Amino acid sequence: MRPTPALVLAVALGGAVGTTGRYAVTQLIGSAPLLPWATLVVNVTGAFLLGLLLERLARVGAETPRRRLARLGLGTGALGGFTTYSALALEVHDLVAASEVWLAAGYGIGTVCAGLLACLTGVALGARRDGARA
Amino acid sequence: MTLTPGEVLVLAVLGGVGAAARYLVDDLVNRWWARGFPLATLCINVSGSFLIGLLAVTVGPGSSGTYAVWATGFCGGYTTFSTATVEAVRLAREGAVRQAVVAAGGTLVLCVAAVALGVLTGRLLG
Repeated sequence: MRPTPALVLAVALGGAVGTTGRYAVTQLIGSAPLLPWATLVVNVTGAFLLGLLLERLARVGAETPRRRLARLGLGTGALGGFTTYSALALEVHDLVAASEVWLAAGYGIGTVCAGLLACLTGVALGARRDGARA
Repeated sequence: MTLTPGEVLVLAVLGGVGAAARYLVDDLVNRWWARGFPLATLCINVSGSFLIGLLAVTVGPGSSGTYAVWATGFCGGYTTFSTATVEAVRLAREGAVRQAVVAAGGTLVLCVAAVALGVLTGRLLG
């Protein structure tokens, strides 16, 4: 399905909410002396939630206009906007530039691995709830 | 840095614009890329990383809220970690484990390289 003005608007609204949420988490956690915990937290949480959401939506049945709106507004928009790759990449780059190469590698690879695990957990949870309802 | 309420509003709007841009770029790339490898998300994350590197040296984090709203707002809303992760998981579940590792690891390496290129470009321009 090609993007329609309504779907683009749904993604934009979701993205605005997700981005504000990410900023709020950053303010709440603050900047740590060594590791950018806020980015790690939003990315891992977002990967978990997107895995859960998309698995749920895939399991409830064929995509209706309402489900498409949920997938694009909540998934692509809100959770896509809540997580960030640019901040992660910039933080890894800055750690390398500060000669903290091992920390940079640990943070970068650690985020990717934690994200994959969180996403798989979300997918498993989304699949399990399906069985409980059936 | 802490933003003023007005700046938070701009941040939200730019985050929304970034997410919408991601949705449109994703659709555009997928019109001619029909394979399973998530090239669209990779292109989005790499270009957004280049932009944040460029902003970091031209506008700078130490400046006013301008950097924050563009870096955290636009670049953050445009790039996505969650979708990149979901796509790597999808590849792995489809049995394409090697592609999944290439997608997840390659995105990280290319995005960090894109930041470095953005920083370099910004220094050359400035």
